[in-house]
Amino acid sequence: MMKADTAQTSILPLVLTGALAKIRGKTIVGPIDLTIGQLGFTIVMGPNGSGKTTLLRLMHGLQRISGGTVTCNLPDKVARVRQSYVFQTPIMMRRYVVDSIAYPLRLRGVEKASARAQATDWAERVGLGHALDRPAPVLSGGEKQKLSLARALISEPDILFLDEPCANLDGRATREIETILCETQARGTRLVMATHDMGQARRLASDVVFMYGGKVHETGSASSFFDQPQTPQAAAFINGDIVE
Amino acid sequence: MNEITQGLAEAGRLIFSLDRDFLEIVGLSLRVTLSAVVIGSVIGLPLGAWLVVNRFRYRRHTIAVMNALMGLPPVVVGLMVYMLLSRAGPFGVFDLLFTPTAMIIAQVIIITPLIASISHQTIRDLWAEYHDLLISLNATRRQRIVALIWDGRRALLTAMLAGFGRGIGEVGAIMIVGGNIDHSTRVLTTAISLETGKGNFAFAMGLGVVLIALAVLVNLLIHTLSRTERASIW
Repeated sequence: MMKADTAQTSILPLVLTGALAKIRGKTIVGPIDLTIGQLGFTIVMGPNGSGKTTLLRLMHGLQRISGGTVTCNLPDKVARVRQSYVFQTPIMMRRYVVDSIAYPLRLRGVEKASARAQATDWAERVGLGHALDRPAPVLSGGEKQKLSLARALISEPDILFLDEPCANLDGRATREIETILCETQARGTRLVMATHDMGQARRLASDVVFMYGGKVHETGSASSFFDQPQTPQAAAFINGDIVE
Repeated sequence: MNEITQGLAEAGRLIFSLDRDFLEIVGLSLRVTLSAVVIGSVIGLPLGAWLVVNRFRYRRHTIAVMNALMGLPPVVVGLMVYMLLSRAGPFGVFDLLFTPTAMIIAQVIIITPLIASISHQTIRDLWAEYHDLLISLNATRRQRIVALIWDGRRALLTAMLAGFGRGIGEVGAIMIVGGNIDHSTRVLTTAISLETGKGNFAFAMGLGVVLIALAVLVNLLIHTLSRTERASIW
């Protein structure tokens, strides 16, 4: 009974309280107070080195927390398996496409035939149906990122973190990825994405977190951030000026 | 120079005559070394991967010792195994001395550090690539090790073939624990040693050529079966 309740309950909201990330004693990000609610598409923006990736890794648990807390609605053990991450540079396992997509399910003990069937379905959804039996490492850049998305989504996470997933892609591939992301959001998955692309942020964001100097400098709805930025740094960033 | 030519001719004669004694020696050489490689791989590959994914206090020291053990002197290993398996030794009751099993034990001790060390280096590179993904997917330590070994299997063949190369050419340890007994524990290397001692240089050279050909053949066979160096295979 307890298990069923846990299965139906979302791990969100994700709450960061005074969260700090230090590397070799130097504070890279934080302290950060931030709440990621149940719905929406959060875009994390900011200049290079502002801490966008570290913030995402901190929320996902890839970056060891040096101070403060990151808490979810459910215990850590459950929360860990109900979230996924898409890396800026796709990590391709040395396996066929179908087996790469199926891998998260195999880790959770899903039988091979069933995992492969679900992977085939997800490959079709992201437009990789033609490449099921190709080795993942030989795919094109756009295809690799689609594979990463399918692999991240196959376990139907409550929240999906994306670290500049379209950074190295052309316009067509970017549009295809954005379409998949919009469909994912429509299915109820919470999305948190770091990006430099202002156009993409305007197209996708429901709310924005603006990072600067390792801290959350500004946060709010997308419309208010883009139309009325509260800080000179955010205004400069939106205008394409050098942020100082 | 004449003896080398004679040796090549002798190698040809041995191969084409299909002499029963000769085939027995070749068969035992392969049986002992391949058994040792399989056992050494079962121990060495997971050990190499385990050392990559685990962090513990004396990890660096452990890796340094493992690397140093790659250079274990076979004669010393042979002597140790001899003492352990001799009647007065702790495992004397099993009556294994001067049997192929004793030779396999000695070879396992010699080649396992080699396989573990090379696989550790190979898997370390793959771990650097997979680290974030496997952590993100919440893979257990065991699942990480399995993924690294499976996905690195073609590169890990190098470690296994290095173990095979060391084993098939090894003479010191198996001479001590096997005793080079005809129709029982005689393998190619101990036969070469014996024939050289008797002054039959051409015959010894012939066996040597067969030994080298065998090593090349096994390497080629494994590469072909595992389809390495193909354009579309990682």
